[in-house]
Amino acid sequence: MTLVDFNLPVVVLLPFLGALLATQAARFNRLAAAGTAAVITILALILLLPALPLPFAGQTLIQRWEWVPSLGLEFAFRLDGLGLLFALLILVIGLLVIIYARYYLSPQDSMGRFFAFLLSFMGSMLGIVLSENLIQLVIFWELTSLSSFLLISYWYTRSDARQGARMALTITGMGGLALFGGVLILGHIVGSFNLTEVLAASSLIHASPWYTPMLVLILLGAFTKSAQFPFHFWLPHAMAAPTPVSAYLHSATMVKAGIFLLVRLFPVLSGTPEWHWLVGTAGMLTLLLGAFTALFKHDIKGLLAYSTISHLGLITLLLGIGSPLAVVAALFHIINHATFKASLFMVAGIVDHETGTRDMRRVNGLMKYMPQVGILAIIASAAMAGVPLLNGFLSKEMFFDQTVSVSAISPLAWVIPVLATLAGVFSVAYSARFVHDIFFNGEPINLPKKPHEPPLYMKIPVGLLVLACIAVGVFPVYTIAGVLYVAIAGALQTTPPEYSLALWHGFSAPLLMSFIALVVGLIVYLIRKPLFAWYDRGLSQWDARIVYQALVNGLIHWAQSVTRRLDRGTFRNMLIWFFGVTLLAGVVGFWDEALLGTRELMPVDGITAMAIAGLILSSLLTVLKHRSRLISLVMLGVVGLVVSLGFAKFSAPDLALTQLSVEIVTVVLLMLALYFLPQYTHMLSSHKRHYQDIAWAMGLGFSAALLTLAVLTRDLQSISGYFLAHSKTGGGGTNVVNVILVDFRGFDTLGEIVVLALAGLGIVALLQGIKLYAPKRNAEGVPWSQESHPLILQVQARILFPMMLMVAIFIFLRGHNLPGGGFIAGLIAALAIVLQNLANGIVWTAARIRWDMHSVLAAGIGIATFTGLGAMLMHYPFLTSTFTYLKWPIVGKFEIASAMGFDTGVFLVVVGATVMILVQLGRLNYIETEDTGDLQPAKGSTP
Amino acid sequence: MNYLPIWAILFPLLGGLLQLLIRNKAGVAAQRGLSLILLSGLVLLALWMFIVALQGERYVYYLGNWPAPFGIVLVLDQLSAMMVLLTAVLALMAMSYAMLRQIDQLGLHFHVLFQIQLFGLNGAFLTGDIFNLFVFFEVLLLASYGLMLHGLGQERTKAGLHYVTLNLVGSILFLFALGAVYGSLGTLNLADLALKVGQAPLERQGLIKTAGLLLLVVFGLKAAMFPLYMWLPATYASTSAPVAALFAIMTKVGIYALIRVHGTMFGAEAQGLAYFYQPWVLSAGLVTLFVAALGVVAAQELRRLVTYGVLASVATLLIAVGINTPASLAAALFYLVHSTLLAATFFLLADLISEGREDIGDRLEKAPIMPGAKYLGIVYFAVVVGMVGLPPLSGFLGKALILQSALAHPWYGWIFAVVLGSSLIMLVSMVRAGTLLFYRLPPRDGRAIIPLQKTALLPIYALLFISPLLVLLAHPITEFTQQMAQQLLDLSHYTQAVLANPMQGGH
Repeated sequence: MTLVDFNLPVVVLLPFLGALLATQAARFNRLAAAGTAAVITILALILLLPALPLPFAGQTLIQRWEWVPSLGLEFAFRLDGLGLLFALLILVIGLLVIIYARYYLSPQDSMGRFFAFLLSFMGSMLGIVLSENLIQLVIFWELTSLSSFLLISYWYTRSDARQGARMALTITGMGGLALFGGVLILGHIVGSFNLTEVLAASSLIHASPWYTPMLVLILLGAFTKSAQFPFHFWLPHAMAAPTPVSAYLHSATMVKAGIFLLVRLFPVLSGTPEWHWLVGTAGMLTLLLGAFTALFKHDIKGLLAYSTISHLGLITLLLGIGSPLAVVAALFHIINHATFKASLFMVAGIVDHETGTRDMRRVNGLMKYMPQVGILAIIASAAMAGVPLLNGFLSKEMFFDQTVSVSAISPLAWVIPVLATLAGVFSVAYSARFVHDIFFNGEPINLPKKPHEPPLYMKIPVGLLVLACIAVGVFPVYTIAGVLYVAIAGALQTTPPEYSLALWHGFSAPLLMSFIALVVGLIVYLIRKPLFAWYDRGLSQWDARIVYQALVNGLIHWAQSVTRRLDRGTFRNMLIWFFGVTLLAGVVGFWDEALLGTRELMPVDGITAMAIAGLILSSLLTVLKHRSRLISLVMLGVVGLVVSLGFAKFSAPDLALTQLSVEIVTVVLLMLALYFLPQYTHMLSSHKRHYQDIAWAMGLGFSAALLTLAVLTRDLQSISGYFLAHSKTGGGGTNVVNVILVDFRGFDTLGEIVVLALAGLGIVALLQGIKLYAPKRNAEGVPWSQESHPLILQVQARILFPMMLMVAIFIFLRGHNLPGGGFIAGLIAALAIVLQNLANGIVWTAARIRWDMHSVLAAGIGIATFTGLGAMLMHYPFLTSTFTYLKWPIVGKFEIASAMGFDTGVFLVVVGATVMILVQLGRLNYIETEDTGDLQPAKGSTP
Repeated sequence: MNYLPIWAILFPLLGGLLQLLIRNKAGVAAQRGLSLILLSGLVLLALWMFIVALQGERYVYYLGNWPAPFGIVLVLDQLSAMMVLLTAVLALMAMSYAMLRQIDQLGLHFHVLFQIQLFGLNGAFLTGDIFNLFVFFEVLLLASYGLMLHGLGQERTKAGLHYVTLNLVGSILFLFALGAVYGSLGTLNLADLALKVGQAPLERQGLIKTAGLLLLVVFGLKAAMFPLYMWLPATYASTSAPVAALFAIMTKVGIYALIRVHGTMFGAEAQGLAYFYQPWVLSAGLVTLFVAALGVVAAQELRRLVTYGVLASVATLLIAVGINTPASLAAALFYLVHSTLLAATFFLLADLISEGREDIGDRLEKAPIMPGAKYLGIVYFAVVVGMVGLPPLSGFLGKALILQSALAHPWYGWIFAVVLGSSLIMLVSMVRAGTLLFYRLPPRDGRAIIPLQKTALLPIYALLFISPLLVLLAHPITEFTQQMAQQLLDLSHYTQAVLANPMQGGH
């Protein structure tokens, strides 16, 4: 295994490791962070070195490992000429920026944080340009957005930094998500996310019906990142970042990521009318808008930002033109723009650093104070303006040449070179302004600091970049030609077309355009004063940021109103949605199906009819009288009684018994609770709402009846036959209901007794610490009776107590074979205690309950569970029952079943939970108030 | 191996019993020690189950030694094993946080209720019987109500009342639905139900369909599907942080039940009713996601923002389930793990943040710098990245898997638009909130600072740590989720395994 088998991922991941190291290094020494960053960058360059010859030999280096095969995501890297060019730009300019930043940041700034973010960004950027897998590319793409957010908001106490960072993240985040979608579609078309396969599938992609949505999504990603119109506005606001960040991210690298993507996918996406129109138009508009606006920005970084936008537009326009030679020009301009713009940003940073302001109306005449910087800036601006003998001139000539060559394709295309020249005019004008306003143009006005030459190491990176501008401009063939050639080969995925890097092409249209641009540009600069006045009067108000802000604010308001409308926090609202959906389910379910079956209904006899009428009446009264709670509760009790009669009629004595005892216990417990509530409630809802509620209630009741009918009018074929057949033989009991409860479906019962226990525990937890005053008078002001508990009831209740317990035990024991069982027995036993409570009061009763009901509950669940566990000891499943027959003297032969143990648990839990609730509710009314019938809070406050 | 599922249910039940027996009498230390032992034990047990289930077998446990479909069965397969493991890990972390922050002492019976909650959860994940599922839903509901009210307070009591009442109404509807199921198909065992639906005569279609849709409403209420989600924001935002963290799994119970019950009953073998419910799930998921994203934008308190974020993750799951391909199901399962852990992390984090902002609490307003802002800020950033679904955390992979599977669906345009659009506006809002919380800091007035309790960050780190792990180990994990989806879709094996009845002697 050699280094070229795995060096690419190392190069990409090394900066991330470096980011961690930088934060740690910064703890020891402020400057160590910068040192770490520089070392890491150099190390990455060295690691890249062994792979360098491969692209020059026409090879593409691929290093791949499996990652998520189902997604098509591989951990895969690729180095071809294009990747190489960008990787070198990122690392070399990165290194220069690191050196520069080391001197730029002030002692108050956290070095560790800065270099950690910067290195993360560098790693993400390298990830983009070296990815073989497109999903992996998207991963790194999003990481650049995130790290750029952190870098822009580096000075987070400043509001413009926060806003700028958020805006950048919003726009590039949107693009990133769009790109993500586009890439997924692209991979879906090709069947692979690996560039090797994707780049070979041009015809497949062009023919796909998904082409247009995919293209739009991917272009959204590229345009937002590369600040193309109408998404350009985040870039000027990102200038709130420290200047090294602007130099690195917002001129040389990150904004080029969008361009990189366009170039990367150029072989498979371009060549269609959609591509030409979308990319070309966006590029042209961006070019013009950026060049025009740059002239009017008084902030140095603002000028540079718009200039960057315009140059990005230029490159995009070239790609939109789409000929191989246009790609040559685009790539060449990418390199050139990176060098001169990074150096200009650094100059802007120096000016800011040394004068304390970036306002070109105040910063003037710096040539005297910092002549070296001045000369560097003049050269770099000249490159930006496209002055001959500098690199900017060469690529701009190529650009003009391309615009001329497309002008032939249609009658209207002559505007393209004209507009390109116009952009060139502005480009010259703002370059002139940059130089003249800052370094000449009289004396500085009211500067916060007295300017002087910056430290040497701030100038060295600028110097090196400017040197590159000159070297490329004068000797293109000996400097840049090699890298450019392989980059073009990598971009086009074929042999590059014929092109010439010569300085002199003879008198030609491009040269004329350059000349016009230079001359008119200087004229425009000379008449700048009236132009500025004109701009400030009207156009300066126009800012896409305002639209953006309005959109964001509008979204927030709209979201708030929608959310408020849906989630009102009222219970009625929740219920209505719930019921609405329930009804919808029924309508949809039965939409074109038969609602009722064919089975005949049973004839109705008189008694049943009466019971049904009683049921309906008492249900109605429960609802109608719900504002006087006592009556409503009594009516509810009637409903329960009629239902238990119904059970009895349909031969379900167990259910009838259970229903009856449950009914009694709940009514008594509810009465205890009602004691603390007002007897009557006022009508709380409006009449309109009242009728709505009536409609809902009727609709639901009717639907429930229909659903029941739908079930009952069909014959039932069910598993119940098995229970009847196996109850005695397998479960040892003839009462099938009980055997189901404790055996066939004992596990359900175990769950249900836990629920019951939870109810008890929940009430204890809920009422803990709450003391309510019991009212002395009822709602009409009549005092409640002070009489102690009636003697007859007291006596009777005490006599009844052992008898009721006997009944409970009897019901319990016979339960396995005859109606009864632990549940009913538990309820009866609980009733016996409830009766004592009614007869003697809670204080008397509670004092006589020796056991803590917690333990009873625990014992109940414990016994039930351990009965089940017993079976497991015998290697049977949990809750497997067994039974046998014993013969005792006097008692005779009787059956003993393990399920009885389980039933004992049920019994205990029912008793425990009921008594627990009873005691808890009773405990509340120890304290009584003197006067009104209203409830009073217990502690401290007196009415 | 067959006995594993029952132990996963009995272990927390017995744990709850022990906690109930020692109660407050044994002192805080004993309660906490016992809780830690129990929860660590549960994690180990769940891990064992998970490893066993990984082999691809289904383990059927016949309770009471009754043959299916007559008795109740527990079925351990890969999905249930994963849910149990996820729950156990989440519970351990939530409980650790509660103990570190003394939240367990704010009221009675916290430790008991916690164990019983796990009893309910594990039961719901392991049962193969639809009525038994109802029983465990009741256990869940009561235990969660108790936990939700833990510590009390006016907001909490009001939201709790809404929560429990609405869910009781839901339980009643569950009973109606079960009545319709049993009334039309005559059985309660899921495997048997799947067979019976396939054989049902045409005249019962409407009834069966209605039963299925009513069950969808019931599970949708649990999962907080639009328009049944209204209980969720107030409930989650007003309860204590560790309970909210544990509740991150509660909405997933609804999703689980949907996958399990509907996927089995109305699966590929249900003839005319095969997957008839999926368009409803998908559309509800899309609307829920949309509404949830708006809720995130509208939120004026951090915890509300988090709850709507949780809602969004539930919605994303619904969409993935609704796309209804093996790939989308696998993607859903991946996303389920990710979103549950991250939601819990976010709740715990929100608690620490609002604690540090003293009387401003979690309202999204300026407040003086909170103690430990550096740590909390980093975690916040990471959690937002994960929650929104940006790389390099697991949310990105989850969304990628879901969107990729969506390309096979005719509604792919809508799915892409809603999923990506909601990601964007959630990102914007969460970043806005973040800059407000961590960046926009008026100077502190002279009050003393209560330093950040750094130990409380440990469970947060532990939960958060799983997210990058899901990415790094994505290869084996996605292979596993695919296997799991395959197993879920292999219904004939499911019905055979459950109805095979290799009884031991007895009875």
